[in-house]
Amino acid sequence: MTHLRFAISASAIGALTLALGGCATSESLEGNSSSSETIVVGSQDYYSNEIVAEIYAQALETAGYEVERDFRIGQREVYVPDIESGAVDVFPEYSGPLLQFWDETTTATFEDEVYAALVDAAPEGVRILDQSAATDQDSYVVTKALADEYGLVTIADLAKVDEPLTLGGNSEGEDRPNGPKGLKAAYGIEVDFTPIEDGGGPLTVKALKDNQVQLAIIYTANPAIADPELVQLEDPKGLFLASHVVPVVSDKLDARAIEIINTISAALTAEGLVALNTQSIEDEAPASTVAAAWLAEHDVS
Amino acid sequence: MNLLAEAWAWLTDPASWTDGGIPERIAQHLAVTFVVVVIAAVIALPAGIAVGHRRRGGGWVVATSGAARAIPTLGVLTLFALWLGIGLVAPVLALVLLAIPPLIAGAYAGVAAIDHSIPEAARAIGMSEAQIVGRVEVPLAARTIVGGLRSATLQVIATATLAAYISDTGLGRYIIGGLKSRDYAEMIGGSVLVVALALILDAAFALALRLRIFRTTTSARHHERTAL
Amino acid sequence: MNWLQQNIALVAELTVIHLAITIAAVFLSLLLAVPIGRLAYRWKWVGGPTVAVLAVLYAVPSLPLLIIVPAVTGTPLRSPLNLVMVLTIYGVAVLVRSVVDGFVAVPVSPRTAATAVGYSGWARFWVVELPLAAPIIIAGLRVVLVSTISLVTIGSIIGIRSLGTFFTDGFQRGIVAEVATGVVVTVTLALLLDQLCAVAARRALPWTVPTERRRRSVPQ
Repeated sequence: MTHLRFAISASAIGALTLALGGCATSESLEGNSSSSETIVVGSQDYYSNEIVAEIYAQALETAGYEVERDFRIGQREVYVPDIESGAVDVFPEYSGPLLQFWDETTTATFEDEVYAALVDAAPEGVRILDQSAATDQDSYVVTKALADEYGLVTIADLAKVDEPLTLGGNSEGEDRPNGPKGLKAAYGIEVDFTPIEDGGGPLTVKALKDNQVQLAIIYTANPAIADPELVQLEDPKGLFLASHVVPVVSDKLDARAIEIINTISAALTAEGLVALNTQSIEDEAPASTVAAAWLAEHDVS
Repeated sequence: MNLLAEAWAWLTDPASWTDGGIPERIAQHLAVTFVVVVIAAVIALPAGIAVGHRRRGGGWVVATSGAARAIPTLGVLTLFALWLGIGLVAPVLALVLLAIPPLIAGAYAGVAAIDHSIPEAARAIGMSEAQIVGRVEVPLAARTIVGGLRSATLQVIATATLAAYISDTGLGRYIIGGLKSRDYAEMIGGSVLVVALALILDAAFALALRLRIFRTTTSARHHERTAL
Repeated sequence: MNWLQQNIALVAELTVIHLAITIAAVFLSLLLAVPIGRLAYRWKWVGGPTVAVLAVLYAVPSLPLLIIVPAVTGTPLRSPLNLVMVLTIYGVAVLVRSVVDGFVAVPVSPRTAATAVGYSGWARFWVVELPLAAPIIIAGLRVVLVSTISLVTIGSIIGIRSLGTFFTDGFQRGIVAEVATGVVVTVTLALLLDQLCAVAARRALPWTVPTERRRRSVPQ
């Protein structure tokens, strides 16, 4: 009975595929509730952050921990609830923006006071480990042409510009304290906002150079900031808080894991972070390669 | 379920509908869809009709449009964005490119399905090729061609939603912007608006097709009566 | 290609994940579409509204549906299950149409002959009707396969890993090779699976192969 055989074998293959497909889906769904020994390392939807997270992950794995990676979760508004609930155990964060997220009214601006305020503001079950010297700051960038035309050195100088200004940056910047709202409040400057979803990446730079936006939010660890055609505006009023790389961990981590992560933070410098980013963008290397290379040069065990 | 209530609140909040809000986004979305479909149709329909009329190269049309279904929209949008920057040119170009294959396939299928004795008869009574295409083949294939326009329009509405990832256009911004800041009300509200837009346009096409049938049926009946 | 050389492992990993999601969704679509299509075919009063509802569902754009489904069902937004459900909805919408067309195309004589020989309704369905409807169903299945592979990539916007991740990551870092690789691998995968399906169909349904070709391949 070839037809019956056909039907049976088709169903068998189908059932097998469903089992495989089912494995793929349910496992990933319940990823977070796997063995309580597993450390879940998360990262932002930002390639630079993913590299740091990968460094944490690989270092922990070398030390014998079981690590699960949950990368590219999204932006702060998406993943902080996951951190707070303990669904994610280790997360590389940035001191200033995270502090502003937990305490919008904070007046701290310099690195040590920001760190102290952050430790205070952290909710139950969340530990803030040592901050690193590495910084990745939001900053306002204009083209050299515009800066030369109006003599722009600080953000306050933007008031001298008599053409309408548009700010380009990630869409979450529109509502954050260091976006147009903060600009108005701290410096009294009104700008329009255009969302560009590449995290201060190539599209943002292109838009800036094409004068589709006059002002852009580009992170200081971005290799593009070294571009001679771009000028970073100074921030005397401290609109942008000090933003050091700081690991946020849950209670699950034991002393040894914490020590490893603190060692990483101590070894990571500002130039080092830029170098990591450059490797990622210019050498087009994946996060795992960049992280492995860094760990090979820095012993963190 | 609470999320749906929040989305409803966002949708019904008069502030959402003020200047620069929902009406502007809907207009943007419709404008982009319209421009893309028109440009794509201008390129694709004559091409598809020509292939169907000549009855050569049909295999290629079907094969390429089948393969084109495999092309991931987000990939094409991203490539164009990296090349052309922010603004409208990148998404419009990408969307036009993606809308062409189904339109050609639809036009070709419509014309090729016509029994070849009909254009032959038209040729026999002295009609020129152009007249055959214009007066015989296109009207007969019209239903299928309009059907192709309908599915292309739906596709463009859907892909125009994605275009918000690379540019500040249309209703997709509510979804992608809301996604970034986890504003579920905005995300779901925006989604509902896109779905509603798609369904309304689809219904409009369905209505148009029904009215056309009405006309052809009557004329067919008319011919039957006179033939006898 | 500099990027490709360094990321081959990642390409392989994401291809496997991508395939898993695709196969799960397509298989589920088939599993659901055949009974639904069968019922729609048997009972026209069910069939009419069913096909209408499915046509409406198919018209719904994908990204919004990916947001609405979790809001309604409570699955996590970023879970692959969410994506599989949405893809299945689209798959069923297309396949039911093919299933109905398939059964409509089964000629009356084999059916009545089967009854005459003594087949019960259930056996007749499996042994006679389904194999005869299969060519049209499989044609629909191939369409679903190809479009599903393409649609999986949309999940990357909400953080579901697949080949689409190359688009969002390549966009952020400005690496054209990464985005292009994502496109090429996706399209290649789709065409490959489509051909595989076609070959498998010819094997399982030998009567659909034109006679001259069969005579050449099967030694008499």
